[in-house]
Amino acid sequence: MSAQAPTDTLRRLWAQDVVKIAALLVVIYGSYLVSGLVLGYSVRGQLNSLASLTFYIGVFATLALALNLHWGYTGLFNIGVVGFMAVGIYVMAFVSKPLYGSGGAAQVGGLGLPIPVGILAGMVAAAILGFVVALPALRLRADYLAIVTIAMSEIVRFGFLSSTFQQFQIPHTLSGETTRVGFGGGSGLILDFPDPLLALIDALGLSGVYDGLVALVGTVVPNNPDPIVHSLVYGLVLLGVVAAYFWLLKRTGESPFGRVLKAIREDEDVARALGKNTDRFKIVSFMLGCALMGLAGILWLMGQGAVTPNFFRPRLTFFVWIALIIGGAGSNTGSVMGGAVFAAVLYQGPLYFQNVVTSVFQPGDAPGSFGPAISPLLSSADPVPFLLYTLDSVRQLQLVVMGVALIWLMHNRPQGMLGHRKETAAAIPLGRGGSGPGRGGGADADPESTPQTDGDGTGGERRE
Amino acid sequence: MASGTETGVTERRQWLEMAVDRPLTVVFAALGLLLLGSLVWGLLVSGAVTFARLGSLVWDGVMRGLVIGLAGVGLSMTYSILNFANFSHGDYITSGAFAGWATTYAIAGLGRADIGSLLLVGAGGSVLGGALGIGVTTTPVAVAAGVVVAGATTVLLALAIDRVVYKPVRSESGITLLITSIGVAFALRYLIQFVFGSSVRGTTAAGSIPQIPLYFIDGVVRIDAHDITLLVVAGGLMLGVHLLLQTTKLGKAMRAMSDNEDLARITGIPTERVVRATWIIGGGLTGVAGYVFILWKGTLGFNDGWLLLLLIFAAVILGGIGSIYGAIAGGLIIGVAASISVLWIPSAFSRAAAFVVMIVILLVRPQGLFSGRSTA
Repeated sequence: MSAQAPTDTLRRLWAQDVVKIAALLVVIYGSYLVSGLVLGYSVRGQLNSLASLTFYIGVFATLALALNLHWGYTGLFNIGVVGFMAVGIYVMAFVSKPLYGSGGAAQVGGLGLPIPVGILAGMVAAAILGFVVALPALRLRADYLAIVTIAMSEIVRFGFLSSTFQQFQIPHTLSGETTRVGFGGGSGLILDFPDPLLALIDALGLSGVYDGLVALVGTVVPNNPDPIVHSLVYGLVLLGVVAAYFWLLKRTGESPFGRVLKAIREDEDVARALGKNTDRFKIVSFMLGCALMGLAGILWLMGQGAVTPNFFRPRLTFFVWIALIIGGAGSNTGSVMGGAVFAAVLYQGPLYFQNVVTSVFQPGDAPGSFGPAISPLLSSADPVPFLLYTLDSVRQLQLVVMGVALIWLMHNRPQGMLGHRKETAAAIPLGRGGSGPGRGGGADADPESTPQTDGDGTGGERRE
Repeated sequence: MASGTETGVTERRQWLEMAVDRPLTVVFAALGLLLLGSLVWGLLVSGAVTFARLGSLVWDGVMRGLVIGLAGVGLSMTYSILNFANFSHGDYITSGAFAGWATTYAIAGLGRADIGSLLLVGAGGSVLGGALGIGVTTTPVAVAAGVVVAGATTVLLALAIDRVVYKPVRSESGITLLITSIGVAFALRYLIQFVFGSSVRGTTAAGSIPQIPLYFIDGVVRIDAHDITLLVVAGGLMLGVHLLLQTTKLGKAMRAMSDNEDLARITGIPTERVVRATWIIGGGLTGVAGYVFILWKGTLGFNDGWLLLLLIFAAVILGGIGSIYGAIAGGLIIGVAASISVLWIPSAFSRAAAFVVMIVILLVRPQGLFSGRSTA
């Protein structure tokens, strides 16, 4: 009995989704820290790697959450995520960049409005683009929507790449004075607005705390602690955004609106037969998700100093999809965990691994191409050049690994790492209740359990 | 007499009804007429566009369209028979192209360069296709062998991937297969980049391809030997597929299966064998399309197939999924639309123009131009 109690408490704790996420983050950060320690990284190196890890966990989790609203809740197969991100950051830059000629090296200016206005404008623009895409495509089959959205994301990229919109004049005062604005074409756009994080800290009146933090870090990293603190704090802000997205989507999913979305996902005809204007629900859900993707694009890039159109290649969309599928579509907890696992293992992991191996073995220069790499292996069974080339090509092989991981997931775990978590469209539990085993329930399924939804730590997994 | 006016009135009413029911169709038709009008104005009145330029652009578009159509036949067949949008199709094209070009390099450059560099299609700039003098007139054997190897390799690749990747999940929904195919696309594309490198290499001896200048009203449209090769290969294969589907028992079984799989199985059609035949035909056409595309454009990079994929999807949707004539016609329309769009809009948008054509078709005729004719 005394041994029973702690395990029970542990199990009840584990049932809480927040605990699952926290445990996952502890494992991820722990393994990064340990491998950094083994390698004898400096404190600076450790903090830097943690900051970039946090950044990628934050952006992929937000994007996966937004995509979960489309695919997990409403069943809209959107593979144009990058298009909405691109519109978000570009419109934000357009609105918030200072006017042309106010100093600085930028080729084109913006409207010079405050950053929050720019962020709002970016989100609205992404939502409007979502509306334009959704209007024709929602009447069509899921795979048609897929092709329309990916084509749209490419059109957006070509648009920002083209020299037509590189720079142009628009009036910016009532008297009709014009100013030079634009999207910078293929050479990209310099984001020369004031640092958004510092502006936010100032606005919250926390600059004293921030300075204190810099001084604190300065005691362990005496040389220029400011960038480290900056990226760490930015990472924390992103995690806060993840929490806000999570809360918003959970509320949306549980609301009457969200139940209609889930009904549409399950069977649109039934939802329509019940008198719901499904097209309107789908469009609103699509626009909301697009606005969230636009915000994610802004958060990803606004601190990077510059943005180029070719950042928004379709493969980034598929990264978000892999993150969502790892976690399991339909579950917000899964989206966050999938984003974290994707960022830590598939996105940053291989590069970290490359750094680790390079610093442990100090290998020489890798061969420049496959030919010189493979020929010693074939002629004299010398694998070293091939291994060096493999290590050097981690960036490409990483994508091969992602592809294989995606295939593996679809074969073995299409429902995601948390198991079947799709929320039902009903407001009341659909479990049989009472006695008798659950339909097709496994050995560990509790017959009296209600279908588990994200966040309520009760009940087991729903099985079908 | 009276009946004549009556039909006239009904016709007019039909037009009016169409304008009310499908305002988008009318808007797009008006837009199309406007563009056509501006083209005619440019050709005949202002002289801003010469007939020869238009002719060159159309010819270029037809060539591109043949490649898109040939690869699109394979995509359309797998789309209708296996019921999923195969996003790895573009990388089948690339795989076929690299396999075929490795063969061509090896035969054309045998004894003149290191065989390893030849088989890697000159990865890292070790061998240049121009230096080997590759062309359909200069090295016909190497090119013919390349075409065959490109097709055969892609068939083997498609069968192997189907066996390992698609077969276990074939009973799942189309979306599951679609996501799986994205995984295949990633793995294939970046394996190709790992082996062959990321550089875009010139493959043919661009200066020594024989050209025929065709006089066309007010100028010259140049047609070279590789254009003719592409035309002959693509046309021949399309005709072959047509005969196969229309006259053989296999073709009938394939059409039956794309129409209704359960019914086909009940009537005793060996569905698994039909699926295999689909991959063999589709894969072969795709590989050859990849090879002749590279022969025609003269450069080869690991991204070529992927860049073509969305245009192929546009063509297949335009023509109606499952229809091979639709895929060919759609390919030609998409190719020509992308090519002549530069008359109206900046050339950076020519691919975007093709996508817009696809979206317009989805709006006004979502079932495609040749709808309701499964694999026929």
